[in-house]
Amino acid sequence: MYEKNISEDRKKYLRKIKKNKALVILTQISIVILFIVGWEILANQGIIDSFITSQPSRIFDTFLNLSSNDLLMHLGVTLTETLIGFVTGVFLGVFIAILLWWSKFLAKVAEPFLVILNSLPKVALGPVIIVWVGAGMGAIITMGLAISLIVTILEILNGFLNTDKELIKMAKTFNATKLQILTKIVIPANISTFFNSLKVNIGLSLVGVITGEFLVSKAGLRLPNCLWRSSI
Amino acid sequence: MKKVLELQNVSKKYQAKNGEVDALKSISFSVEEGEFVSIIGPSGCGKSTLLSIIAGLEPKTDGQIKITTPIGYMLQKDSLLEWRNIYDNVMFGLEISRKKTKESEEYVTNLLKKYGLYDFKDKYPNQLSGGMRQRAALIRTLAINPKILLLDEAFSALDYQTRIMVTNDIYKILKNENITALIVTHDISEAISMSDRVVVLTKRPATVKTIHSIDFEMESRNPINCRESPKFSKYFDTIWKELDVHV
Ligand SMILES: Nc1ncnc2c1ncn2[C@@H]1O[C@H](COP(=O)(O)OP(=O)(O)O)[C@@H](O)[C@H]1O
Ligand SMILES: [Mg+2]
Repeated sequence: MYEKNISEDRKKYLRKIKKNKALVILTQISIVILFIVGWEILANQGIIDSFITSQPSRIFDTFLNLSSNDLLMHLGVTLTETLIGFVTGVFLGVFIAILLWWSKFLAKVAEPFLVILNSLPKVALGPVIIVWVGAGMGAIITMGLAISLIVTILEILNGFLNTDKELIKMAKTFNATKLQILTKIVIPANISTFFNSLKVNIGLSLVGVITGEFLVSKAGLRLPNCLWRSSI
Repeated sequence: MKKVLELQNVSKKYQAKNGEVDALKSISFSVEEGEFVSIIGPSGCGKSTLLSIIAGLEPKTDGQIKITTPIGYMLQKDSLLEWRNIYDNVMFGLEISRKKTKESEEYVTNLLKKYGLYDFKDKYPNQLSGGMRQRAALIRTLAINPKILLLDEAFSALDYQTRIMVTNDIYKILKNENITALIVTHDISEAISMSDRVVVLTKRPATVKTIHSIDFEMESRNPINCRESPKFSKYFDTIWKELDVHV
């Protein structure tokens, strides 16, 4: 109906939306450029101490000499660790959330533990994790997992439990089984919860991994650290 | 006429942490094939509970229910799944009960064509008007081929004008498909205009107060033209007094 005869007003409206979007992106790019240029100028003028804050041009040089300082290798290690932590966190988190949704009893039992684990400062667990898992990649990934897992469980479970009751009742009027309610109502209704949790999680995993690397650190980025050291 | 649904002394107590809730007390009535029966009563008296029990979604505490035909159930909200297009929405019931066959798909396609939704089958629910959404929900229910339909305030989410039109629309479809209907509502006019009999319930715990036979002695009666009958307001007054509404 409305796809065919696009009115003048509609065109104007669509153009306005497009323009607005372009403006937002342009402003965002400008902010980044301004920040980098400002940083460079201030460092060159000696207003800020480039020994402490480094300087965009030096960081750029470092990137150009990637092979000479193994940055590429470190970058790869960190990325792998983050990815493993992230993927395990998401799968394990979703799996546990489904279990807890399935069994009210399990959810009740798990609740206080989840709350406590969630409020625990996970970074403080670092040394303990190293003792348990050994000072290696395993410890780093576990660290990434520790930071992201509980949040994932809580967030996804919360989304599951808040699924529109009317939709579930509708499915029940067709004699849906619990598994059908899960796969055909609860999970599809929570796709946006799921993606939100992914977004938060990739960040959290990175934080976890870098924290882990600070503690263990044979290889890996410790991105700021490394860049600074080699660019100063 | 054949009885397709019969309730005998059906009672329901809900068990909750803060005590028992007496929802239904010894409800008895029956519905004959092809008949439209409305259930009306103050809000919170146990109407939804009654339908849930008949549909088997909720256990009863006492009494007996005899049902001889397959049941369909329509809720207040259309509960269309926003992530499915209209076709996949109306196929939902068949998919759940694993009755999706060539014949059933053909049957649904026919229903869509007959009731003007075929051109919208690839659209998503949010692209449809309230009336059309309700019709899609009805086809989803009709798809599993019920002979008796339970409607729980199925129109109350619509605005007044739309509601009158949708009521009329659905009335015609149900008559056309030869379906028996048990309609829960809190709207006296809707109850009178839709049904052959009106069951008036008391406030909680619900018991049957009276059962009115509605007959306009009209040739081709429908929910809109019957409102013009002088008998309409008489029925309205009687039921209004029985409902005993206090503010
Ligand atoms: N699952 C439940 N547990 C406890 N009480 C309930 C439950 N469902 C409904 N009730 C109570 O039963 C009474 C009847 O509810 P309902 O059948 O929804 O009324 P109506 O549809 O007539 O408005 C209400 O007082 C309600 O609070
Ligand atoms: Mg109700």
